[in-house]
Amino acid sequence: MEPIRGAVEALLFVAGEPLSVARMARILGVGEGVVREALAELAEACRAPGRGIELVEVAGGWQLVTRREYRRAVEELLQPRRQALSRAALETLAIVAYRQPVTRAEIEAIRGVQSEAGLRTLLERGLIREVGRKDAPGRPILYGTTPLFLQMFGLKDLSELPPPSAFVPPDAPSLDERGATPGTPPDGGTSTPGPGAS
Amino acid sequence: MAYTVRLDRFEGPLDLLLQLIERQEIDIHDIPIARITEQYLEHLEAMRRLDLEVTSEFVVLAAQLIEIKARMLLPPEPRAQEEEAAEEPDPREELVRRLLEYRRYKEAARYLSQLAEQHGGRYPRLAEAIEPLAGELSGLEGVTLEDLVRAFATVLAAARETPEVVVEPEEVTVAQQMDAILRLLAATAGPVTFRACFSGRATRLEVVVTFLALLELIRQGRVRVRQDRAFGEIVLYPAEGVRAEPAGGEERGGRRGAGAERESGGETGAAPAAEEAAPGGTPA
Repeated sequence: MEPIRGAVEALLFVAGEPLSVARMARILGVGEGVVREALAELAEACRAPGRGIELVEVAGGWQLVTRREYRRAVEELLQPRRQALSRAALETLAIVAYRQPVTRAEIEAIRGVQSEAGLRTLLERGLIREVGRKDAPGRPILYGTTPLFLQMFGLKDLSELPPPSAFVPPDAPSLDERGATPGTPPDGGTSTPGPGAS
Repeated sequence: MAYTVRLDRFEGPLDLLLQLIERQEIDIHDIPIARITEQYLEHLEAMRRLDLEVTSEFVVLAAQLIEIKARMLLPPEPRAQEEEAAEEPDPREELVRRLLEYRRYKEAARYLSQLAEQHGGRYPRLAEAIEPLAGELSGLEGVTLEDLVRAFATVLAAARETPEVVVEPEEVTVAQQMDAILRLLAATAGPVTFRACFSGRATRLEVVVTFLALLELIRQGRVRVRQDRAFGEIVLYPAEGVRAEPAGGEERGGRRGAGAERESGGETGAAPAAEEAAPGGTPA
């Protein structure tokens, strides 16, 4: 197990991006169970006090990231090139996440405002991408989210997003869900809504 | 009567309307349309006074509100036929649907920002191409591939274009140019500048071939390259213990084999100086 654990650590370090269990198993020529075991050990080892990195499961794979408590130092080094997303961009992103594949016109119909700038920001940040063209007049571009979107929000996959019905304020009477079915999240019925706000 | 409601920044007409409704704890399914329309119009007026741009979207919604208000006042149309179908639809229905849908995504956006907040502050390794740390034989000291390419581009730009009328291509081979570079190094006591290798190379073809020859010499460890300052002049010098003399044309085969070697040398030790000078370490 030891050598496999070391190899898994080396792969994750070099990859930088999330690596799937299947891919690591293929590279190392071992079963996926073995890789999973190595990952569990590695995660455990990272939890030791004084370690600077942790192992997270995001975007369909595993990734080594710096621990939150060292955020300040890391950001001092990286000089975060990115600022927080504006509310307009976040709204646009939320719509793309739930309604993908979705066109700009569809987004604008929901938001009631021009969303070109928001879309451009999201494209530049690599959070969404063009996924095709809609079979409609003008063949408008369809947008969807990227693996980077999952990484940024710490999601394993889209199904981890709470269903849209989770976003009805508690005081509001439950309404007919017309036109609010999620685009992609193959929601297995009831995924746990909402994050436990830490 | 000026009825004012303090609002957060709003993201457009729907957001403005939604906030007006939420602030007053109005049941969204039973909007007092006259009152809300009035307040909405007041806000547009306030925006104008503040020199905020009232985009057409705001105006369109205003028109829709006024239209709904008018339809609410009109008596229901007398039915031509006995269409005892559904009762007259509420003129507000479509608006309510839109508001509810928008509100759902507004909440989802808020949730996403919470998620980002929770997950934030964790950074993966920078997604840059990893260059294996230079082996001893890389022969590139403080010189990155970019530096070489930049220097090459400069030289290439200076090379005169091959005239359109090509009678017969000049015979310049990589092997020949390798020899020429080695001869140059042998003839010069000190190091030779990158630029000097190309002096007298008139055509683009010659420049390109010479560059390939240089890369090949570096790969074979027969020439070393050094750059002392970022964007400084790149200099060449013979590798230690290498006979700096032409080895005839037998090098041609040298390009084969060893295919697994990477053409890109990493940097030796030093951090990428040309990039931002990152602070060496973080104070404890």
